[in-house]
Amino acid sequence: MRTFYPASMFKILKYSLFDLTRSRWTYGYFLFYLIFTFGLLYFSNDVSKAIISMMNIILILNPLIATLFGALYFYGSKEFAELLLALPLKRSSIFMGKYLGLSLSLSLSYLLGTGIPFLFYEIQATGQAWNFLLLTVAGLFLTFIFTGLSFLVSIRFENTIKGFGISIFIWLFFAIIYDGIFLLTLLIFEQYPLDKYALIMTLFNPIDLSRVLIMLKLDISALMGYTGAVFNKFLGTGLGMIVAFGSLVIWIVVPVFVFIRFAKKKDF
Amino acid sequence: MHIDSKCELLGKVQGFLLLLLFCFQFAHASDTIQVCKNCKYTTITSAIGAAKNGDFVMVSNGEYSEGKILIGKQLTLWGENFPVIEGNGQSDVFFVDADSVVVSGFEIRNTGISYIYDLAGIKINGHSHCRIENNRLYNTFFGIYLKHANECIVKNNEIIGQATSEASSGNAIHLWYSKNAEISGNSCKGHRDGIYFEFVEHSHITGNLSEGNLRYGLHFMFSNDDRYVNNTFRNNGAGVAVMFSRVIIMQDNLFEKNWGPSSYGLLLKDILDGEITGNRFNENTIGIFADGSNRIKITGNEFRQNGWALKILGSCMDNTISGNNFISNTFDLITNTSTNYNRYEGNFWSEYTGYDLNKDGIGDIPYKPVKLFSMIVSNLPVSIILLRSSFVDLINFAEKITPSLTPPSLADPSPLMKMILK
Repeated sequence: MRTFYPASMFKILKYSLFDLTRSRWTYGYFLFYLIFTFGLLYFSNDVSKAIISMMNIILILNPLIATLFGALYFYGSKEFAELLLALPLKRSSIFMGKYLGLSLSLSLSYLLGTGIPFLFYEIQATGQAWNFLLLTVAGLFLTFIFTGLSFLVSIRFENTIKGFGISIFIWLFFAIIYDGIFLLTLLIFEQYPLDKYALIMTLFNPIDLSRVLIMLKLDISALMGYTGAVFNKFLGTGLGMIVAFGSLVIWIVVPVFVFIRFAKKKDF
Repeated sequence: MHIDSKCELLGKVQGFLLLLLFCFQFAHASDTIQVCKNCKYTTITSAIGAAKNGDFVMVSNGEYSEGKILIGKQLTLWGENFPVIEGNGQSDVFFVDADSVVVSGFEIRNTGISYIYDLAGIKINGHSHCRIENNRLYNTFFGIYLKHANECIVKNNEIIGQATSEASSGNAIHLWYSKNAEISGNSCKGHRDGIYFEFVEHSHITGNLSEGNLRYGLHFMFSNDDRYVNNTFRNNGAGVAVMFSRVIIMQDNLFEKNWGPSSYGLLLKDILDGEITGNRFNENTIGIFADGSNRIKITGNEFRQNGWALKILGSCMDNTISGNNFISNTFDLITNTSTNYNRYEGNFWSEYTGYDLNKDGIGDIPYKPVKLFSMIVSNLPVSIILLRSSFVDLINFAEKITPSLTPPSLADPSPLMKMILK
């Protein structure tokens, strides 16, 4: 017997979402952002400065929490998943439901945690509303991307410790190591035209992509100082935004697609 | 003796009467000559030909196309409801060749482009005390052109050009070898330079708007003892360029959105003893770029959201940067030297993360405005793509703890904890 695919997926999504809203983690995450954002806005007096500080935190924390929580949730609810597998449900709808359930619950905590303080401080009146909106969207993308990546790792490795280790390494790699290597290669190959290389390298790291997306709004004055034609075309026109958004979408779709493929084939 | 004194008295009375008569005649001599389609004079040139020194020439609304209009007498030319003076793209439009001429209320169009002559909407050559007021100049090569003209006033004119390249365009207001000029309330757009000063001394530039010019909003060359106050420079190739000049006072101006690879709010090149106070620099690629400039005071300015608030090269000495607000700039300062001969003190830096234990409003640890990454970017511009990356924060932090590449003596020893409010 086959159930209608989206219906069963939404049912599982609903269950995992309810399950997660009872979790202390979700509240912890929400409270952290709430207090942190309120504190930042209270102490900095300047919304544009607060947004830059927020960016630094969001680019690090959203992927980290999504990675950790993704692995934790996947391994933690493995038995429940195995139970579901015994039922006449499509595998893809089970795992898709779980993925969306977690991503949405994390996104909700993040959205409310940062949104409430900014609304309280009347972001719409400061002229920074678009910058904040862009930051929020980038944060949401990162949550979805890194939940997907950590699910992918978790389904690939049976061993919990190994799964966690690799997930965290992936986060560390994208958050810090990648940019280190990136800068090093730029310095080594200084003599060569590096415009295209730099842009392509950026596309291969979702954290860099989100960062560039926000930078296009916040630091445009500095970016316009650069002379490279390719660069300027990318940064100075709407093209940059479109390509960055497109790549972020690919960064969600590809890991989730591979994850679902693994889930279908895997012998539980 | 008695007769002698009587004669003397008579002579005095006579002299007085003569003087009175002279004055009366002089006052009486100031006629008004009307120019319109149905008047005795239908062209401005013919009216000028008929006029005496000191006359008024009133020009009614309409279109006049007379080629180059030479004003060789001390006249007041007054346009009613902006009569249009069409240049037909061939020559200067008004050419002032007398002292104390007033040109007011005209709409001047199309001087045409010349690579040999500096064609201008209104040109004053070698005469003083002239007033150019309330005119509109559209599509002129040079707008208002003052050459060896002292004590002139250029006020409330609107000068809009259609410049497309630097080589084939002129300046909206151009001064050459002039003294004591007053340039105020003009709006200059779409030319090469908005306002251009070369060998101009003791002049004031007040309350002008210079926007969308190809090169500079305001340009000083070899001009000393001038001041510009309360002007707005927006979206030009560079806001203001001050070159090879001494004692220029720059006050309360707004430099905004001067974006581009070689774009600055304010460019200082080989200047001495300037004063830069109370200006606002918003969203420029570089707020102030200083090269070979000495003894300049940069105080009480606000730098907000610029790419680089200051770029001060090693060729600059004895400058004082104090009491400024540096808010949300991508980089506060960049330099190309490891030694520092300038003084930075008592500024507010929004990037400052120090503390103030004795609560005197001054941070207890010095602020170092040059970041390692800003040095990397100036050597390798493409690395700007890594701006605000966590890795970059990490290396900046490491450099802050143990400085090795950033100039060790460049620091603000007394950074303020709170923004300076005005």
